[in-house]
Amino acid sequence: MRRRSRWRRGPRGSGPLRRARDDRLAGGVAAGLANRTGFDVTVVRFAFVLAALVSGVGVAFYVLAWLLVPAAGQRANIASKAVTDRRGIALAAGLSSVLIVVLLIASVLRVGWLGTLAWPPVLISVAGMVLIWRNAPADEQATMRRLAEPLLGLPAGGSRSASRIVLRGCVAILLLCSGLITLLTGHPSHLVRPLGGVALVIAAILLMLGPWWLRIGRDLVAERQARIRAEERAEMAARVHDSVLQTLALIQRRSADPQQVVRLARAQERELRSWLFDGRAPGSLGASGLTLAAGVRLIEQEVEAQHGVAVEAITVGDCEVDENLSALLAAAREATVNAVKWSGAQVVSLFAEVEPTEVSVFVRDRGRGFDPDAVPGDRKGLAESVHARMARRGGSATIRSVRGEGTEVTLTMPRAAGERQPSRA
Amino acid sequence: MSTPAGSAPGGVRPRVFIVDDHGLFRAGVRSELGDEVDVVGEADDVEPAITRIAECQPDVVLLDVHLPGGGGQAVVTAIRASHPGVRFLALSASDAPEDVIAVIRSGARGYVTKTISGADLVDAVRRVAAGDSVFSPRLAGFVLDAFAALPAAGGGRPSFDPELDQLTPREREVLRLIARGYTYREIARELYISVKTVESHVSSVLRKLQLSTRHQLTRWATERRLT
Repeated sequence: MRRRSRWRRGPRGSGPLRRARDDRLAGGVAAGLANRTGFDVTVVRFAFVLAALVSGVGVAFYVLAWLLVPAAGQRANIASKAVTDRRGIALAAGLSSVLIVVLLIASVLRVGWLGTLAWPPVLISVAGMVLIWRNAPADEQATMRRLAEPLLGLPAGGSRSASRIVLRGCVAILLLCSGLITLLTGHPSHLVRPLGGVALVIAAILLMLGPWWLRIGRDLVAERQARIRAEERAEMAARVHDSVLQTLALIQRRSADPQQVVRLARAQERELRSWLFDGRAPGSLGASGLTLAAGVRLIEQEVEAQHGVAVEAITVGDCEVDENLSALLAAAREATVNAVKWSGAQVVSLFAEVEPTEVSVFVRDRGRGFDPDAVPGDRKGLAESVHARMARRGGSATIRSVRGEGTEVTLTMPRAAGERQPSRA
Repeated sequence: MSTPAGSAPGGVRPRVFIVDDHGLFRAGVRSELGDEVDVVGEADDVEPAITRIAECQPDVVLLDVHLPGGGGQAVVTAIRASHPGVRFLALSASDAPEDVIAVIRSGARGYVTKTISGADLVDAVRRVAAGDSVFSPRLAGFVLDAFAALPAAGGGRPSFDPELDQLTPREREVLRLIARGYTYREIARELYISVKTVESHVSSVLRKLQLSTRHQLTRWATERRLT
């Protein structure tokens, strides 16, 4: 800090005019001028701001100086590089033409505050800033980014957040004031002025609060995604633990019993498959929303797990399970368990077909078979529970068995209504 | 299982090639097949399988539906173009019906699940070697499902050959019995027809499955994939 009066002129610098690199706010033009002329840099800056507010010429002059005056310690100016930047020139020309169109529209609508701006300086400033932005050396671009950040929104770091907020606040207040003035002084019968005022006020609010809203939104989204990922991982881990890891532990403990190991492996395989291919969590089949194919698969899994006999279940078609069909499933389960228990067969076939008017289930084993007319006491339960269960709901059950060849239980249940769906088995 | 004693020419051991990406499983199949067949080679992926099968020219290829380098159907398609005499039997632990149907449609003569017993597998290999087809109960269920779901899907373009696009009542009956766990012999007795007739019904179903150009079959597969 130089401890002398701001208004007294200091010693003049020597050599050609150069933009300052150390003491700059934007392009270092003001600081360069101050060095060269000996005025205090704050005075020069104040003069620029004043010139800018009065007519806009100050801005244009500043931008031109930025373009044409080389930075301290350099020979070439930005303009010498910019003349070869075809895309930059095209962009500047494009922006200028857009501005001209806006000017024309504004003059037609007689929007006063737009008309008061001096347009040539504005055009020069905009085009010049585009060229500077594209062609300035890296360090100057960094400076510009730093300047633009608080206005454009969301910088990465939060180190200079206070100054950013102040700057943003100033611009927002400026916009707000001009918007309110436009609103209050506007003629009520003229529509365009109030609209412009409202637009300015909205812009001010957006500028002030927009970045904050954006950040909140972004944080919320990021947090939600992280939470979903964590939940998915936890769910996956829980399922793998409940099914695969448990089964592996059991297999290790029972490795001496091949029958058990086979049974466990088969049950686990089915469970995993139904999870991977059908997206059904193991054991997640509630009573509600159960489909017939899922019910049949449940019978298959449970009977295999409990009795260690393979059940080959096949479903053709599928439908929702209503009360009648859950009775059918219960009967089918009963028949399957009986076949597993009594037939002595290694495999029991369970076939279910959904047709438009009825649902049929066939439970077949190639076991020892029995004479249905001379049912032993312990198998009466099957006949009665299955028969009675089906008959109560309007269905039927037939049992066909030949000694030494096997047994087949046929269950049919009429369907109340509804369409046939492709199965999910 | 639904495969009765085979009709393979006595004394001639079919030459078998095994394609599966699990070495353990290949070894298991090899030992289960035992001396009944002549295992002439193995491969663990699509590319080596195509090269080696072309070299060995086996009678039957036991093919896993799922392979790391693409589906088993890639192998079937490639080999059938160059060596039409080689027959394929799909062997899979997969329950995804559209994959199984895809391999059958590309030209495999049958499908059995990996839980099949050694004797049944030997029998199935013999049948395929003899030019017959092998329908496991599961495949029968898939096929019934595929063809049955079609009229409901309805609409769409009319197919070129309606004959190919639906099963006859008799064929449906045969498939249903296979799905219920009946052997061909039992089916023949049940329907009062000869075993040969059962076989011809099954072959006809296989032909329809492979030749049907109906896009509904594709759509059926697509819809299943989505659900």
